[in-house]
Amino acid sequence: MSEDQLYFFYDLFQYLINGICQGSIYALIALGYTMVYGIIKLINFAHGEFYMIGAFTGYFCIRGGIPLYFAFPIAMLVPGIIAVLIEKIAYKPIRHAGRIPALITALGVSFFFQYFGQNVLGADPKAFPEVYEETIYNLGEAVSISSTQIIIIVTTLVLMLFLRWLVMSTKVGKAMRATSFNKDASELMGIDTDKIISFTFFIGASMAGAAGVLVGIYYNTVEPMMGLIPGLKAFIAAVLGGIGIIPGAVLGGLVLGVVENLVVGFWESTYRDAVSFGILILILLVKPTGILGTKTKEKV
Amino acid sequence: MENYILELKNLNIHYGAIHAIKGINLTIKEGEIVTILGSNGAGKTSTLRSISGLIRPSSGEIIFKQNPIHKWKAHKIVKAGLAQSPEGRLIFPDLTILENLEMGAYLRNDKDGISKDMDYVCNLFPILSERESQRAGTLSGGEQQMLAISRAYMSSPTLLLLDEPSLGIAPILVKTIFKAIKEINSRGTTILLVEQNAFAALKVADRGYVMQTGEIIMSGPAQELIENDEIKKAYLGH
Repeated sequence: MSEDQLYFFYDLFQYLINGICQGSIYALIALGYTMVYGIIKLINFAHGEFYMIGAFTGYFCIRGGIPLYFAFPIAMLVPGIIAVLIEKIAYKPIRHAGRIPALITALGVSFFFQYFGQNVLGADPKAFPEVYEETIYNLGEAVSISSTQIIIIVTTLVLMLFLRWLVMSTKVGKAMRATSFNKDASELMGIDTDKIISFTFFIGASMAGAAGVLVGIYYNTVEPMMGLIPGLKAFIAAVLGGIGIIPGAVLGGLVLGVVENLVVGFWESTYRDAVSFGILILILLVKPTGILGTKTKEKV
Repeated sequence: MENYILELKNLNIHYGAIHAIKGINLTIKEGEIVTILGSNGAGKTSTLRSISGLIRPSSGEIIFKQNPIHKWKAHKIVKAGLAQSPEGRLIFPDLTILENLEMGAYLRNDKDGISKDMDYVCNLFPILSERESQRAGTLSGGEQQMLAISRAYMSSPTLLLLDEPSLGIAPILVKTIFKAIKEINSRGTTILLVEQNAFAALKVADRGYVMQTGEIIMSGPAQELIENDEIKKAYLGH
């Protein structure tokens, strides 16, 4: 192998690591998108804001001297609770009005948090406090992985496995799947579907909050508009994997993260967002149900 | 005054400007099988949906075991002991057959009772236990109906509402299903059966009501209705 070839593979490997790391963040946010869509057919465009709220909660906790292992669950809890309140205040009253009013409301909620955040916290980015000393592990001559990257990938993996267990094996998870199929039928089982919907918002926003803290640590910065682009990217990830399908969100997130980093590494970093949105357009044209989506036909 | 398990008093339902149910009265005594007959659009399903709390009546009362339930939420009505197997079955296609039955028992915590009832419905419809770990969406229409009835039964209801269990189902399975309805009733569950298949329904029922465009136009013991000339002409195809 020539030296050029060798360095090409080093680069490729490095960008794959970075891509999986970035993709894990997208996947965590996309999970909430897809779960909320699955249960009430709402594209919750305010979802990126829960990620921002999680990041700021982590920021204030850590600055206030709360250790990371304690700050992290708080940063999941706070956006979760806010999401439940938002659902009750903004979405529930118009649940029967159709999908477009709900979508517009979601955009409104999103703007509210972005500009309310700018007003209260200031528009300038804030430096996320250092929580531990970063270690870089060399995996070869020109490939490395940082401790933060390892933490991001491992945390994401743990949260995903937890979510899978929750949805597939617990009673509340089965009730979530039942509710997402048909609310009336679920009510006839005695399921309080309003509670299940609240719970879904809570879980989804908690995942986004977790992603927010991880990104705060990774990029060392938080700001009120930080939810906008990752929120849109996570939406693309959810659609790419198949909206409403939980493993699809994970797959879509990882694919998107890897593709973006390959674009950065081997093409032009400025094309990154264009390629992402190009993927959205392409998937909507070619296979709107997403990679894992199928049109299931029920027997009658 | 007689003791009814369910009583509809002057029940009205509106969908916007449409007056779908026009002041109907209906009673069910404990242990009975009562059937509501009528063609498409007569208001049978609307009546059942309002009893289960899925739609709100515009006026009138629904009394279940002495409680006025017409303002209750649907899941609370299930807790009080009133279950429904809905129109179109609405089984959960992505859940397994076993999980569907578990959902039926969602509000129960008595493990022994649940497993006893699980055995009972699997005995009633052996296909359910044979395929318990398969996705419910893979069942045939008739099998889905069996699952829907069993699922509703799993909440251990005192009153079970069944919305058109024979709809779109092979005649041989219709027989099995009506036999099972009779069997469930013999164990003490009161049943309100909505049907278009008037003959099959009247054969298992104690009493019947006939609905037409939102009104009850006839009622009486099942035997009388079976012999009634008008009913024969309109619903039994003679």
